[in-house]
Formats: sequence, C-alpha cells, structure tokens
Amino acid sequence: MITVTGARKDFGTFRALDDVSIEIPSGTLTALLGPSGSGKSTLLRSIAGLESLDAGTVVIAGRDVTRVPPQQRGIGFVFQHYAAFKHMTVRDNVAFGLTIRRRPKAEVRAKVDELLEVVGLEGFQHRYPAQLSGGQRQRMALARALAVDPEVLLLDEPFGALDAKVRADLRRWLRRLHDEVHVTTVLVTHDQEEALDVADTIAVLNRGRIEQIGDPDTLYDAPDNQFVMSFLGSVSSVGGTLVRPHDIVLERPAPDDTRANGPGRVLATIERVVRLGFEVRVELRDADGERFAAEVTRGVAQQLGLVAGEQVWAVAPSHAVRDLPQPPDAGVPADAAEADEVASTAGVGEPARA
Amino acid sequence: MTTSTTSRLTLRTLALAYLVALLAVPVLMILWRTFEPGFGAFWESIRTPAAISAMNLTLLIVAIVVPLNVVFGVTTALALVRGSFRGKGFIEAVVDLPFAVSPVVVGVSLIMLWGVGGWFGGVEHLGFRVIFGLPGMVIATIFVTLPFVVREVEPVLVEIGTEQEQAAATLGASGWQTFWRITLPAMRWGLTYGVVLTIARSLGEFGAVTMVSSNFPGISQTLTLLVNSRYIDDQNTYGAYAAATLLMGLAVVTLLLMTLLDRKRSTT
Repeated sequence: MITVTGARKDFGTFRALDDVSIEIPSGTLTALLGPSGSGKSTLLRSIAGLESLDAGTVVIAGRDVTRVPPQQRGIGFVFQHYAAFKHMTVRDNVAFGLTIRRRPKAEVRAKVDELLEVVGLEGFQHRYPAQLSGGQRQRMALARALAVDPEVLLLDEPFGALDAKVRADLRRWLRRLHDEVHVTTVLVTHDQEEALDVADTIAVLNRGRIEQIGDPDTLYDAPDNQFVMSFLGSVSSVGGTLVRPHDIVLERPAPDDTRANGPGRVLATIERVVRLGFEVRVELRDADGERFAAEVTRGVAQQLGLVAGEQVWAVAPSHAVRDLPQPPDAGVPADAAEADEVASTAGVGEPARA
Repeated sequence: MTTSTTSRLTLRTLALAYLVALLAVPVLMILWRTFEPGFGAFWESIRTPAAISAMNLTLLIVAIVVPLNVVFGVTTALALVRGSFRGKGFIEAVVDLPFAVSPVVVGVSLIMLWGVGGWFGGVEHLGFRVIFGLPGMVIATIFVTLPFVVREVEPVLVEIGTEQEQAAATLGASGWQTFWRITLPAMRWGLTYGVVLTIARSLGEFGAVTMVSSNFPGISQTLTLLVNSRYIDDQNTYGAYAAATLLMGLAVVTLLLMTLLDRKRSTT
C-alpha cells in the first residue's frame, strides 16, 4: 500500500505537483495517466525518493518514507530508457541489488536464474546490454528491479522507447507477470490504450493535479469532467454536447423534416465514410463547419445507406450525454510540456534534480 | 561537394606531405641516428648513472602526478557536470588555464611563489625544499597536466547521464558503492585517455620543470633535462638522441599498455 498525501513539488516557477493525494492498495497495478507536464513522472519519482517533495508525505507499507533516501524505501524502479549498467553482463545487472546486499553467492545465483526465466532471458546471462534489443533490455531492467523483492514496483513510461508491436506484447506480458508476482505496481504512461490495457486502477493527472481515480470502466463510462472524458477514449462534439463517437445515433432526415438544430442534435453533411473492419467511422461536418465523427456498425451503415455528400441527423442520445464540468482552471500552460521533458531527461547537460 | 579527381589527389598529397615532413621525418631521424651505431651503443648510452637516474626521476614524477590528477580530475569533472554552484564558469576557465599559459611562465611563477622570499617561501626554512627539489618539479608537472583528466572525463559524464546512478540508488547502492561500481567503470574510457595524455605530457614536460630543477646530472635531471644537457652542455649529440629515443619508448609503452588494458577490461 502506498499513500501519498498533499504532495507538492515545484521546479522553479513550474508547479509539477499541486496538492496531490492518492492511495494505492497492495497488490494492485495502478496507472498514472496524463499528458506531458501533468506531473505523473514527478509523482512516481517522489514515491521512489528520486525527487524530494516540497510538501506532503509518502507512506509505503505503513512506513513514512518522506525523508528516507531511495536506497531504503524498498522499491524497484524501471526507467523509460532502461538505465542498464552497460559495463555489466545481464547476470551482473540483475544480481546488482543482491550483490550490494552481500547475499551469499549461491542464493544470488539461484535468484538471478529464477528471474531470468521469469522474464524470458535464460541463455542471455553472459550478454552485455548493448547486445540486447530494447524489449530485452527492459525485461532485464524489470528482473533487476524485482531481484531485491521490492515492496512496490515503479515503472516510468517503461515501454515508451519501444516500437508499437513490442510495446503491446510487453505490456500484456507485464500484466501476466503482475498476476503471478502480485507486487504493488505503479506505471506511468501518457498512452491511454496502455493504461486501459494493463491497469486495475487509473489515476488521470493534469497540470499537477489528479482529475479522477477509478477503474478503467468507471473512467471511460462515468468521467468526472471534460478533461478525463476527452483524454480517455475519443470524443465528438454534437452541437456543443460531448459524447463518445459510438454513442451517436444517425438518422436519415424525413422529406418534410422541419426540426431545428439543438444541443445534442444537428443536421450534418457526411464528408467521408471509413470502414474499420467491424465498425464504420462516419466523418461529419455540421452547418457551422464543425467537424466530428460518429462510429456505427456496418449493419447500421448499410441500412442507412450512408454516402459522402448526403445529410444526416446526428443525435447524442440523452443516456449517453453527461453534463460535465470543465476541470478547475482548464488549459495547459505553454511551458508545461517542456518542463516535463526536462524533468524526465534530467542529467543530460542539466543539473540533476534528484 | 564536387571536387575533381586532380584537385582531390593534390589535396591528399599535400596533407600527407605536410604530416610526413613535420611529424614522421623528425621522429624517424632520431630513431635512425640512435640505432645507426648499433643497438649496443644505444644500450650503453642509456645505462650511464645519469641516464638511469633521469629515467627513475621521470617515472617517479609520473607516479606522483598521475594519481593526484586522477583524483582531482574526476572530482572536478563530477562537480562541473553534476553540481550547480556559484563560480562554476570561473572554475571551467581556470581548468583551461594551463593550456593558455606557457610552461616557462609557470616555472617563473612557481619560483616567485615557493622560492626564497616568495609567499610560501617560508617552508624552505622548515627543511622542505620546493624549488630546486622534487616537490617543485611535481607541482610544475601537475600544473601543466591538470586539464587532461578533467577535460576527458567531463564529456563522458555528460553522455552517461544520471539514470544508471539513480537505478543503482533504487537498488540499494550507497553513494560510494554507486561511484565505484557504476560511475567509475562507466567513465573508464575518458579516464584512460586522460591518464595517457597526462603521462605523455609529464614525460615530455620541459619548460616548467627546467625552471624549478637544480638540473644536476644523476640527481635532479628528468629525461627531458638530460636530453637538453647532453646536447647543449656536453655536446654529446649521440647521447641526446639515445635519451630522446628512450623518452619516446616510454611514451609508446604507456600507450600500448593502456590500449591492451582497456581491451581486456571491455571484453571480460
């Protein structure tokens, strides 16, 4: 269990964390999801002790570790760019934490062998990181972090540097691993698909605050505000009403149709009909020139005979419409993205912030 | 770029001729002159008491200067790359000072500072002889070789970044453990080159050392001073060539050792 209470962190004039509180139950896999500069990496690094908070507390497994250095927090940390020890073999990398703790050689050997098998790197133990692919390096880094039996496993955009195919494979593998190992895991990502795919719980961050915490279904179906809704999954605006594209109902106008546009109901021109396998995406433009998309099944598309250039009513059914507030002080400052870049790559020509 | 074959060949020939005339010919000349009378004569010439003493003194100075420069250089590079403190720019500039100041000037300033009547001249009354003694030569050599380790290690530190060190910290390594197991091995290439340059420069330093040495054959002559005194004072041209060859030999051995050492370390 990790409990963060009232966390605040400033980098110069940029507030990376603004009174953040979150509770992460034992054995779960939680994703911190947000855009660049939202503070998700800073929050993770604060839990690890790689950043020190300006205010607030971090409690891991009942122990207040706010002033405890990373060495003694009982954590495992995986970096986006692997942070592999380049001058050590895979075996020595994985064994590092145990060697530091001066465990008996036989025990280290057994533990490393076991972990190499878990991450599928048996037979690679004598290679150097430079001789591994990105995915293999990250699995090595995971084994290295798990070797010290951490209380919590912290992953900072662990698949961000990998290509799409490897990324998808690896995150499913991580999910299976988590189901076996059951270590409390926190994963930082800016990829909503990744968060939905692996996490039990997602915390959506924006501008140094947590917008909403919940399981993937809740966040998708019952977002607390417009930011969460638009950040998780796609959104269309039907006459100013926000709705998921697949909830939009399309209707052919009747010949004597005199109904007027209104909130959640507009007459729109079909610009393009795109078939995406089972689904059909209909790209629309309303009378004001606003573009939006609706998603319908192929059956519906055929039944309505949707063709580009024709007009249809796009209706946001009342059950799918949520009257959501704007998040508090909406809008992302221009320098936010930069600050996040700097924070996540600190060390290269920059004074380290750890 | 479109360069005709003729002009390309001309440029190449010019560049090669330049290198041959300025670098290869002088070195080959010395080697030829040294070994012309046979290997026996060379051996004879570097086995005189003055030559043995000069070689020992040179190696002793190297043995003192290199560890000091390694410790100072690594510490300074770490501070300059990782630290943020007032006066960082000033220190950056000071580190480069030895590149800008002529070694003779260094020698003169050391005499003014450490010699009788100098600011620190008082140490001589305590029986600690700096100028015209070994300490003076060591200080002079440190001065001229100071930037090498710093400047070679700095870019390597920038390149490796701090993530590996952070990873080591999360795995339980203390600051010292991280330094010995992660940072030092990661910077070994830069450090190796820095050490090679330091040794080469220490072996060859003449200007600053000649100012602060009493220059007695067999007592306070380094190899460079021996070459000079054989050639100028003793009119012993052949002896100067032989000593010069010995000096070059030491530098080549250093280079080979470092290359072998590093190849071995990077493959094991």
